[in-house]
Amino acid sequence: MEGIYIPTMQEKIAKGETPDILFWVGCSGSFDDRAKKITKAIVRILNHVGANFAVLGVEESCTGDPAKRAGNEFLFQMQAMQNITILNGYDVKKIVTGCPHCFNTIKNEYPELGGKYEVIHHTELVQQLINEGKLKVQGGEFKGKKIVFHDPCYLGRANNVYEAPRDVISKLDAELVEMKRSKANGLCCGAGGAQMFKEAEKGTKEVNVERAEEALSHNPDIIAVGCPFCNTMMTDGVKHFNKEDKTKVLDVAELIATANDL
Amino acid sequence: MISSIIFVAFFIAGTTFFFINAKKIRRNILLGKNISITDNKAERLKTMILVALGQKKMFTRPIPALLHLCLYAAFVITQIELIEIIFDGITGHHRAFRASLGGFYTFMVSFIEILSVLAFVGTVAFLARRNSLKIPRLVKSELNGWPKLDANIILIMEIILICFIFMMNGADEVLYSRGQSHAENLGDASLGLSISSYLGPLIYGSMPTPGLHVIERIGWWGHIIMVFGFLNYLPFSKHLHILLAFPNTYFSNLKVKGQFANLFEVTDVVKPNFDTAYQPVLDPNAVIKFGVKDVTDLTWKNLLDAYSCTECGRCTSACPQNITGKALSPRKIMMDTRDRLEEVGKNIDANGGTFIDDGKTLLGDYIKHEEIWACNTCNACVQECPVNIDPLAIIVGLRQQLVLEQSSAPNELNGMFSNLENNGAPWQFSPADRANWITEN
Repeated sequence: MEGIYIPTMQEKIAKGETPDILFWVGCSGSFDDRAKKITKAIVRILNHVGANFAVLGVEESCTGDPAKRAGNEFLFQMQAMQNITILNGYDVKKIVTGCPHCFNTIKNEYPELGGKYEVIHHTELVQQLINEGKLKVQGGEFKGKKIVFHDPCYLGRANNVYEAPRDVISKLDAELVEMKRSKANGLCCGAGGAQMFKEAEKGTKEVNVERAEEALSHNPDIIAVGCPFCNTMMTDGVKHFNKEDKTKVLDVAELIATANDL
Repeated sequence: MISSIIFVAFFIAGTTFFFINAKKIRRNILLGKNISITDNKAERLKTMILVALGQKKMFTRPIPALLHLCLYAAFVITQIELIEIIFDGITGHHRAFRASLGGFYTFMVSFIEILSVLAFVGTVAFLARRNSLKIPRLVKSELNGWPKLDANIILIMEIILICFIFMMNGADEVLYSRGQSHAENLGDASLGLSISSYLGPLIYGSMPTPGLHVIERIGWWGHIIMVFGFLNYLPFSKHLHILLAFPNTYFSNLKVKGQFANLFEVTDVVKPNFDTAYQPVLDPNAVIKFGVKDVTDLTWKNLLDAYSCTECGRCTSACPQNITGKALSPRKIMMDTRDRLEEVGKNIDANGGTFIDDGKTLLGDYIKHEEIWACNTCNACVQECPVNIDPLAIIVGLRQQLVLEQSSAPNELNGMFSNLENNGAPWQFSPADRANWITEN
């Protein structure tokens, strides 16, 4: 990324520095071209507020979430303990994740296996930065736009984080519209439970089409998401209805980074 | 005297039969794996009061919640009247508490009558909703046959029970006004019951006194027979939720829904690879089974969940996979678990206390792979359940069995597993490229 220095943990430690925050990028954010844009938006925000952060770089590995949800507990625990060994080796205290699945796994399932950290999702980080006055947000190009927020299951129902993303969006002077199925009653995008990595079972409709249909019924300019997998699913759903010119699917981090010209 | 003897015999038979069957259900539940849930007693009690007694989660759908509340309130409060009925039945008195309780007695019975009318309205509405309006979650295929009949039997029993109450009170009101009631005459013109003092004369006003005595007795006996009939029907019915909702919510999962249990039998094997100081706890020569193949691989809480399910289908109506036409229905997962457990229980009873392998298992014979692999693990079903049942825990247990014991995950998932193992990512990317985004624009 031009103009932005993104240190790895290894580099920081070599310089004798201790980062305050480890940014856990996740597999999607590291490899998927669309999700990399979300990763970069988060980095721009971290850089903008002068956060003392680092990433693991090539030392990062999947948290094991898809393996665990798919029933492969061995693979999950192998991944988890490998990651915990590295995180504990760097004496990591606070982790920000770019993905609700990583967030949930590290926050809730790692402690019992020896990995105890303060873990927040990137929408919570942005909310904190705004509340602390470190980040000022104006509407920018989103002023007056109609935004629908789709709750990621592993942020919302799984961890009861409903307000952080909404709080952040509300700072954009945009019109935040709620779907009928939102917050605790939010409908999954169809990716969770390792469905992302397999064909859907036999049925009458794709889950992401059902969800995109609901979001599009509000005729929004933007469908805001907080998860790279939801992003893929909703983007495909919007394309299914040929609405990609009218409705963009954007992560909350992208909304903030773009609004602030970061 | 004879009626007292008959009543006492009936009472003893009714309660004994119930306890025999309740004990069987307890035995079945305890066939599950032993887990200890003894923490956070105060929070558990609070959850039980809010969710079971207060029906907090019902009110996300206000109309059925209100109708349900009418039935529930009538059910709970009517039990107070039962104290008198049992006392009268044993001692041969008639409305024994009326003279001593005075206005409070009239108030209580009147209140029960109003609740009974509301319950009648609720019951009729529920019958209509189930049989005429055919709302989607109440006509799904897993309800075909016995479950549908079961639901209708309960509702019809409730209507009959309410009719008996008004036969009893209505006839007695007319008798009392004629000075012919067996209740102690307190010199007032009427028993003063809120509904029956009007309904009674309207229906029975022109009937001769001997006939009214017969009707009053039919109402009284009919009422108590229905109550005991109901009690003894519970262990064979989804309606058991009226009792089990309480322990089930008390033993609810209090952790955040995203936290899935880590299998200790896996940790015990994996940990030594990372922590050389760790000493495995489990016997390395013991055969460890992973995941859930049959009901006895589930925990007792999973099995309590299964018996607490009243098949309302809120879980299924919120399930993204069911909404989009897939075979998965969280309600069916719970019903299958209960039905299989019942089958195992009957097997044990028939074979003198030990289970004889019947060649069947929950996985495969009841729940198909197609259902298990459809799940999004989104927790919508868990969120929806008005009595805090967790179908997801069972689904994940079944997946663990398929992956760890039977190696029969869908091919794409096996591909994902091997990518994860080799590349540290679910896709086929080189781990060396993980940080490439840093230098890309």
